[in-house]
Amino acid sequence: MRIEITDGEIATAEVLAGVKAGSDGAVCSFDGIVRNNTRGRQTLYLFYEAYREMALEQMRGLAEEAVARFGVRDVALVHRLGRLEVGETSVLIAVAAAHRGVTFEACRWLIDTLKKTVPIWKKEFFVDGAVWADGEAFPSDLSAGVRELDVVGGEKKV
Amino acid sequence: MRVAVLYFGILKDLVAAERDALELPEGETVGGLVSRLRESASKQGEGLAGIWSSLAVAVNREYAPAETVLREGDEVALLPPVSGGRERAD
Repeated sequence: MRIEITDGEIATAEVLAGVKAGSDGAVCSFDGIVRNNTRGRQTLYLFYEAYREMALEQMRGLAEEAVARFGVRDVALVHRLGRLEVGETSVLIAVAAAHRGVTFEACRWLIDTLKKTVPIWKKEFFVDGAVWADGEAFPSDLSAGVRELDVVGGEKKV
Repeated sequence: MRVAVLYFGILKDLVAAERDALELPEGETVGGLVSRLRESASKQGEGLAGIWSSLAVAVNREYAPAETVLREGDEVALLPPVSGGRERAD
């Protein structure tokens, strides 16, 4: 399994070629790229940052889980950090297996889960300012601790 | 005991720090630490309030629930909701 966090351009063709083996009948890939706008606001560029060591461990765990859960043969997961221009690849996922069905399922599951649980954040730089993108809420088993605290402490949630 | 606290994403900008070293009483939990930080942040003004209910916490690079007891030398990271990018209909 090729699991990487990189500061440079993602070598898409090389990653896709590297995941193929003789027993495979399909490789399904997801190429996440920088869009030129968010809700109509024109994007100049994005800046990605990560809790690097943890993100790598989480990505490894996801790849292993995808193999176990969907029965695919191999997974490649590569995420880029730093400044990315419109159209550049921020995340590349490739899944290889003997038959195509599970590669679609595993690829979809990997990107959806990665975006909820792998500690990577992006700041969007617009023509007229910059904001940290709203994250998706953590799955309850990850954030429950902090939510519980609100109840126990009797504090008002904002 | 002493623990390292790491801030990421919007939280790093708001507290204007990447890393802190904190002295805590023995037996302090993840939940207790978050309460302390939340309290000291609220004294310094608004702007941070909304973030605290959506955080996750990692201890030594693993997600940790509020009842986790901290130990000397732990690395505690405060993680705002992650944003590889939310899928939106609009």
